[in-house]
Amino acid sequence: MATALRRRSLAYLLLAPGTLWLVIFFVIPLYFMAKLSLDTEIPGTLHYHFTWAWSNYKEALQLYDTQFVRSFIYAGIATLLCLIIAYPLAYVIAFKAGRWRSLMLFAVVAPFFTTYLVRTLAWKTILSNESPITEIFHAIGLAPSGHILYTGFAVIAGITYNFLPFMVLPLYASLERIDVRVLEASKDLYASASSTFWKVTLPLSLPGVVAGTLLTFIPAVGDYVNAEFLGGANNRMIGNVIQSLYLTQSNYSAASALSFVLMAVIMIVVFIYIRFAGSEALMGQEAV
Amino acid sequence: MSGPEQTTITEPETSTAESPSVALRNVTKRFDDFTAVDDLSLELGRGEFFTLLGPSGCGKTTTLRMIAGFERPTSGEIAIEGEDVAALPPHKRPTNTVFQSYALFPHLSVEKNVGFGLKRKGVGKDEIAERVAAELQRVGLAREANRRPSQLSGGMQQRVALARALVNLPKVLLLDEPLGALDLKLRKGLQVELKRIQREVGITFVYVTHDQEEALTMSDRIAVMNRGHVEQVSVPEEVYDRPTTTFVAGFIGVSNLMPATVAGAGRVRLDGGPEVGADTGDLDNGERCAAVVRPEKLTVSLDGVGAEVDGKPRVEGVVESSLYLGTATQIVVNLGGDVRMTVLVPNADEAERQRLPGGGAKVSLSWAPEHMHVVRESPNGSG
Repeated sequence: MATALRRRSLAYLLLAPGTLWLVIFFVIPLYFMAKLSLDTEIPGTLHYHFTWAWSNYKEALQLYDTQFVRSFIYAGIATLLCLIIAYPLAYVIAFKAGRWRSLMLFAVVAPFFTTYLVRTLAWKTILSNESPITEIFHAIGLAPSGHILYTGFAVIAGITYNFLPFMVLPLYASLERIDVRVLEASKDLYASASSTFWKVTLPLSLPGVVAGTLLTFIPAVGDYVNAEFLGGANNRMIGNVIQSLYLTQSNYSAASALSFVLMAVIMIVVFIYIRFAGSEALMGQEAV
Repeated sequence: MSGPEQTTITEPETSTAESPSVALRNVTKRFDDFTAVDDLSLELGRGEFFTLLGPSGCGKTTTLRMIAGFERPTSGEIAIEGEDVAALPPHKRPTNTVFQSYALFPHLSVEKNVGFGLKRKGVGKDEIAERVAAELQRVGLAREANRRPSQLSGGMQQRVALARALVNLPKVLLLDEPLGALDLKLRKGLQVELKRIQREVGITFVYVTHDQEEALTMSDRIAVMNRGHVEQVSVPEEVYDRPTTTFVAGFIGVSNLMPATVAGAGRVRLDGGPEVGADTGDLDNGERCAAVVRPEKLTVSLDGVGAEVDGKPRVEGVVESSLYLGTATQIVVNLGGDVRMTVLVPNADEAERQRLPGGGAKVSLSWAPEHMHVVRESPNGSG
C-alpha cells in the first residue's frame, strides 16, 4: 500500500513542473485575455472595464474578415508546398541516403542555428528587385511585373521556407519506421514501384503527414513575421492585424477578441482535418 | 504434376513442360568484396519441396532473394520453367515469398493482406473475395478475416503470410525461415501443416532454414550450403546417412568424424588406428578424408583389443563423460588428439545400463563396416 501510494505521488511530482508552467504561463494569461476581449474602453482614458461586450467579436470579424480568410489561404498553400517539397526529401533521407543520412538531417535543422527574423530578412534580399532570382522569374514569365517582394507569393515563399523543417522531421520519422521488408513484400505481390508507394508507403507514412501538416499549418496561420517583411499592404495576415491592434493602436479588447476567434477557427479546422485524415493515420500508427 | 510421364515420343528440345521448375546456372553474387554465393548451380523439379540448408551466412537467403528478384546475380543465369527471369523485377516474376518476419501490411486487414497480390494482378472483385476466403479457410483463419495483423499471434501471422503468398498460385513459393520466430511446439505443428499444404497445392517450394531437423522432416531434397557453395544435394535419407563432405556430416546430426587417409582403393587408414575397408568413391589414394559413424551405430565395450575382431573395426579411447538422457545414455569417448566420438546407447535394460563404463574408463568402440562412411575434407572449410 505504502509503495503504491508513493509511486502514485511520484507521478504527480513528475507532472508538477509542467502543470505549473502551463497554469502560470498559459491558463492564467488565457483567462485575462478572455476577460480583456469582453472589456469596453472608458472613452479617452485608455482604461478598460468589464462589460460582457460581445460586440468586440462582431466588430473584429466584420473589420478583418479579408485578412482572416487570407491567413488561412496563405497557410494552406504554404503547408501544401511544404508537403510536396518535404515528402521526397524525407523519403530520400529515410530510404536512399545511406551514410549521408545524418548529414542530410543536420542540413534540414541547420537553419535553426540562425534566428527566424534574420532568415526572413535574408529572403527580403533574395526576392528583391535586383536579385538574380527575381530576374529569372521575370524572364520565364512568373513575375510579369518584375518584382516579387511585397506580393502574396513572397509571403507564401517565406512561410514555406521557414516551416519546412517542421514538415520534414515528422515525415522522416514515420518513413524511417517502415520495415523495408514490407515494401519488398509489396513488390513480391506484383505491385510496381509506384503502386507500392500509393498502397503501402504512403498509407504507412500518414501519421507523419498528419503531424507535419499540423505542425506547419497551425503556426503558419498565426504568423506575422513573413507578411511583415515580405508582404505589402495587400498581403497582411491576421497576425499582423492582431500585432498592430495591440502594439500600435492599443486596442486590447479587439486584439484579444480577434485572437480568440483565430484560436477557435484553427481548432475547428484541425478537428475536422483529424476526423478525416487522422483516423486512418492513427489506425495505421497503432498497427505498425 | 511432378510424376514421371510415360511417353514413347521424344520430347522436343524447346518444350517448357520438361524444363525444371527453377534452374540456377553458375550463379555468383558478390557484395563489395564479399562473395555470398559462389558459382552455384541447381535444378529444382516441379512440385518439389526443396530445402536450402546451412548456417547463417552460407548464402542460402541470398540465393532465395535472387530467385525472388530482390537481388541481381553478379553473374550466372536464373530460369523459372525454362524462362530466363534475370532481367525481371520481383513484381513480374511468377514467384511469391513468405518472409522470415512475415512482413504483413500493418495498415490492412487479414483479408486485404491476402487479397493484395490478386488485386494488383487485376483479378475481379468477386473472384478475389472467393479465393481469399478459400485460402483463409485452408490455413484455418476464416474467422480472423477482418482483424489487423497486430491483433494476431505469431503463429497466426505466419499463416496469413503463407495464405497471402499461396493465394496467387505462384509457380514457385519461396520461404525464408518461415518458422524461425515461433516456439518449438508451434513449429512442429506448422511443419506438418506446411508439408500437407505443399502436397495439396503441388507448387514448388524453396525452403530456407538452418534447422537440420526441419530440413530432414519436410524436404524432398536438401541442398546443404556452406560459404556460398553447395556441398551436397540429395534426398534427406542420403544426406543423413551418406554425407559426402566433413561439413555436411558435421552439420547434419552429431559430428562423429575420425580423421583418416585413403590407403588404396576401398581402404582407409584411421589416424592412430586400423586400416578399414570402406567405399572410398572417387577419392584419390593418399587423400585426406574422414570416417563417419553415427552415434547410435557405435558399440562401446570395456574388453576390446586388436584391430578387426570378427570383421568389425575397433578403435580405443577413454570415456570423457556419460550422460543419462532418459531414453538413451550418451557417452563421449576421446580417441586422443582432440578426436571425440559420441555413442548413444538405448536404455533398454536397467541392469545393462548400470554396467556402462563411466568417466575415465578405457574402452574400445566398434561398428559394423557397412555403418562406416567415408567423406571428403570439406573443400570450403568447416564453415
